[in-house]
Amino acid sequence: MKQNSDNHLFQQYKNKQKREKKIVITWQLIIFIGFFSVWELASSLYWIDPLIFSSPSKIIGLMMDKFADGSMLIHLQVTLFETILGFIIGTIAGIIIATSLWASIRFSRIMDPYLVIMNAMPKVALGPIIIVALGPGYFSIIIMGAIVSVIITTLVVYSAFREVDPNYEKVLKSFGATRWQCFKEAVFPATLPAMISTLKVNVGLSWVGIIVGEFLVAKEGLGYLIIYGFQVFDFSLVMSSLLLIAIFAAIMYKIVEKIESWLIKHTHE
Amino acid sequence: MSFLTLENVSHHYFTKNSFTKALSNISFNLKEGEFISILGPSGCGKSTILSIIAGIMKHTSGKVLLKQRPLEESELPIGYMLQQDYLFPWKTIIENCLIGPKIRKDKSEYKMSQAKKLLKEVGLTDIEKEFPDSLSGGMRQRVALVRTLITNPEILLLDEPFSALDYLTKLKLENLVSKLLKSYHKTAILVTHDIGEAISMSDRILVMNANPGNIAKTFEVPVELRNETPFFVRRHPKYQMLFDKVWDELNKTESTSLKSMGGAKNDETKF
Ligand SMILES: Nc1ncnc2c1ncn2[C@@H]1O[C@H](COP(=O)(O)OP(=O)(O)O)[C@@H](O)[C@H]1O
Ligand SMILES: [Mg+2]
Repeated sequence: MKQNSDNHLFQQYKNKQKREKKIVITWQLIIFIGFFSVWELASSLYWIDPLIFSSPSKIIGLMMDKFADGSMLIHLQVTLFETILGFIIGTIAGIIIATSLWASIRFSRIMDPYLVIMNAMPKVALGPIIIVALGPGYFSIIIMGAIVSVIITTLVVYSAFREVDPNYEKVLKSFGATRWQCFKEAVFPATLPAMISTLKVNVGLSWVGIIVGEFLVAKEGLGYLIIYGFQVFDFSLVMSSLLLIAIFAAIMYKIVEKIESWLIKHTHE
Repeated sequence: MSFLTLENVSHHYFTKNSFTKALSNISFNLKEGEFISILGPSGCGKSTILSIIAGIMKHTSGKVLLKQRPLEESELPIGYMLQQDYLFPWKTIIENCLIGPKIRKDKSEYKMSQAKKLLKEVGLTDIEKEFPDSLSGGMRQRVALVRTLITNPEILLLDEPFSALDYLTKLKLENLVSKLLKSYHKTAILVTHDIGEAISMSDRILVMNANPGNIAKTFEVPVELRNETPFFVRRHPKYQMLFDKVWDELNKTESTSLKSMGGAKNDETKF
């Protein structure tokens, strides 16, 4: 009897949770559909200028055309490729720089003011210099994507290195470990969770660097489409590029989140 | 013949605004197979002594000889156990046990079977593939003991290894460690807060003063107590006598160290 009433309470709790979830999803759908219907309506009734704000139906039509003739796919591929590469380079370079700061305390002291300045600086402002230095092309754009995330990765990872409990190193040193062995066996694995959590931040930052880079020089890519659409006054093109960026940035974020939870499970920390 | 010799060892810690003289002219000898304990108020430099002998820190002056040779020249393995186990949470138990051989580039099938044998000896079976998280405090400290013993250290340094454990686990581990060290004829230094633990495990007890850390007095543990297990020593009549003497000495050092602490503070303000 007691068991039954406990089960009953648990059922009630579960039902309540389910109902709550339904309400949330319903409202999410209402907002989604409402937003696009109002947009469509406003555009077709000329409440807003359809030339500037386009309309969902026009955007969908344009996307279908562009995907059908393959041109959109190329732009999408270029941007995705640049973003992923920029993201990976930025993250790895940040970890390497953090490692070298850890390896030499003197080096880290020397670098300290420069890192502060570099971190405070809005990195995209370096865009024109990068392009002049490295030439207009993919390479510059990828470097833009990397440079946005490299300094913050360096700082986050380096401070995580320094927060590792020194007693782990003490244990290793009692076996005669070198500094490098301490790094490999204790410092690096202990900070893996911190490194993984920088991934999520970096994936967002890389998009910023890449899109700005494409604004500046590209002949291809979603950033280029936005600028091009803006120049020829084709706002359906601008909007569809924005939509694709939003979708793929979200997908990449989710993938990184999955990788993160996988890594955390498999590195056991 | 002396196995480990400390001769007028002093150590200073320097920080930005001040310095601490952690050790002042520490001298003592340790024979092979001997077990000594160090007792003293917290901050008197007990851990510092062990870190120096473990080769983790360089003392500022004095001599440390291991088997008649300066410490930094000898490549002899030294076992160091801390208050907490500091097992690596991302490594399995067996990987944790084999970290010493790995660092010393001495990872072999033999060490592997040695590790399994030692784990069995400390009463841990079928946990090799587990991670430290899934073990209790006492089990983890036993794994740490195996990790320390696997390199076959010439000397064991135990820095309050039982103080984070509950009383029952602590008594059991004391017995286990005492038995193991005797059977392997290990030389060892134990740092502890617990007078009973010092008496029941060791052959000799050093009581230290703080500020600066130095040895106030040395007590020999009666021969009758030395070969008993810690559990039985605690019930021996001679145990209580020695306990009282050590207790008095500790109380004396506690009060003098409080006085000199005031002195040390004044010194520091000059810098
Ligand atoms: N890394 C350090 N930097 C500065 N002072 C230290 C450091 N480690 C220990 N000390 C100081 O040295 C003295 C002895 O410390 P320690 O050997 O840890 O004492 P115990 O282990 O006996 O408690 C204490 O006064 C402590 O504050
Ligand atoms: Mg200590």
